[in-house]
Amino acid sequence: MANEGVNHGRRRFLTATTAVVGGVGAITAAVPFLKYWEPSAKAKLAGAPVTQDISKLEMGQMLITEWRGSPIFIVRRTKEQLAVLPSLDAQLRDPKSENTAQQPAFAQNEFRSHKEHPELLVLVGVCTHLGCSPKYVGELTPEPFDPNWKGGFFCPCHKSRYDMSGRVFQGVPAPANLPVPPYRVVSDTQIVIGVNPEGAA
Amino acid sequence: MAGIPQTPYKPSNKVLAWVEDRLPIGGFLSSHTSGYYAPKNFNLWYYFGSLALLVLVNQILTGIFLTMNYKPGAATAFDSVEFIMRDVDWGWLIRYMHEIGASMFFIVVYLHMFRGLMYGSFKKPRELVWILGMLIYLTLMAEAFMGYVLPWGQMSFWGAKVIISLFGTIPFIGDHLVQWIMGDYIPGDATVNRFFALHVIALPLVLLLLVVLHLAALHEVGSNNPDGVDIKARKDANGLPIDGIPFHPYYTVKDLFGAGFFLMICAFFLFFEPTVGGIFLEHDNFIEANRLVTPEHIKPVWYFTPYYAMLRVVPSYFGTAIWGVLVMFGAIVMLFLVPWLDKSPVKSIRYRGWMTRTALAVLVVCFVWLAKIGSGPGTDPSEVIIGRLLTILYYGVFVLMPIYSRIDATKPVPDRVTTHD
Repeated sequence: MANEGVNHGRRRFLTATTAVVGGVGAITAAVPFLKYWEPSAKAKLAGAPVTQDISKLEMGQMLITEWRGSPIFIVRRTKEQLAVLPSLDAQLRDPKSENTAQQPAFAQNEFRSHKEHPELLVLVGVCTHLGCSPKYVGELTPEPFDPNWKGGFFCPCHKSRYDMSGRVFQGVPAPANLPVPPYRVVSDTQIVIGVNPEGAA
Repeated sequence: MAGIPQTPYKPSNKVLAWVEDRLPIGGFLSSHTSGYYAPKNFNLWYYFGSLALLVLVNQILTGIFLTMNYKPGAATAFDSVEFIMRDVDWGWLIRYMHEIGASMFFIVVYLHMFRGLMYGSFKKPRELVWILGMLIYLTLMAEAFMGYVLPWGQMSFWGAKVIISLFGTIPFIGDHLVQWIMGDYIPGDATVNRFFALHVIALPLVLLLLVVLHLAALHEVGSNNPDGVDIKARKDANGLPIDGIPFHPYYTVKDLFGAGFFLMICAFFLFFEPTVGGIFLEHDNFIEANRLVTPEHIKPVWYFTPYYAMLRVVPSYFGTAIWGVLVMFGAIVMLFLVPWLDKSPVKSIRYRGWMTRTALAVLVVCFVWLAKIGSGPGTDPSEVIIGRLLTILYYGVFVLMPIYSRIDATKPVPDRVTTHD
């Protein structure tokens, strides 16, 4: 094959365009492999709302149910537990629940609960730091991790602390309040987790 | 080694000669063993490279046998591991060899890395040897983490949840990335299966490739030594370094002795204290994973605890917890940068001044103390202060290295290794 009159510019152009087309092909071929790691249809289906009976839940007690694979904490708070909440505001990171990602609009209040059912606290029991499940420490008594403990949640993984509304204290690794899931109080004995109350946004 | 003339390998056996003419495998092997000249003054610290290779072989061998009875999957993994432990002949031995091997791997790798820092083995022309070694270390951490998830005990589950959640702190894409890694909203069946695939095939392939490249890069530039002397600078009439000896048989025999001693220590753990009091294998991992019950005290295995302590002592700012994650990964990035942070004209610590010695000692203290904090319950508030101080000191050793390594006093480096005949 003759080498005279080789058009180097043309060769470079053809090499570059071939490489680009091949590169686009390679990236496209990577899509199925990346999508293969997404949650499967079966995993997504497991995200339906959950109904929970709360008739046996006593004052100051917590029950744990499950929704979308996460533990859901349901606490019927005592008068004492509710009464100390306003006094803690100065020690909290987000006392007014201004981070709207952490609760539905109906729960953006002092008690982070339904207005008609302030004593009922519903939280996703997953620490906002790295996803551990905090412990419920409801008594208003001194604890080894906090001598001025007024009841709340304590994460055993990295020692993050939350008050009785799931609001995070300052100076701990967790950046945000415990999330409140969308939920609906159907009757005195039943709540549904995973749907907003009727009429609420 | 480059620059050293090789006597061509000529097998006298006719069959071997026939093969050698077509595939010079004998020449390749001899040039990397009896034809590879290593400094004659290697000391105890030079055992750990070959020991790491020995542990790698152990992990691959025992790992292959474990896969024969292990069943990946959230419903089957824990039971299949207990089946291996109780019902398979010698299953407990194979499993504990793999488990102890994992921790021993990190012990020898940490000592190997310390040797490199101490004798300046990362310095020109061995920067790539160091970088490849660091990549091996990173791959090893991923490999160890995924391996720890496979038995699907409580620590497997909660460790996976915490470590994968680290990616959730990345702004914007974090939450989706976490779901993508887990294949679910929490670590579950999909997670165990994909970690199994990565642990038994993908990462071991990467690890083997990196080990080959690490050794190829080392044999190209030649080994450093405790004096940091370039043995290639002085050669005899045959062009062989006068302070070098063939790796085989001299160092193969030395390494065999080291391997024997090392295996005795491993055997002690294996037969008398296989979990090493919950350090090599945490007690909570003998309880099956339960996503609704968090163990009282979640901690990673000992080899991750220094970084885990850093993660724990850094508070969140501006509504995100990413800072602790950045500090933790940054601590490893610092090690990658050492070849360019160190400005000293001298390699070995033997000919450096008090500043470098102090810095190295500070680094060791920080690493060990942070490891202690990271493996503790962390309820003591004073530990947070100490942990922050140690993290700052750890970073200080690297960030200030361009300054103190430059101004530090040096002693004259001898022309030849100090223990020559």
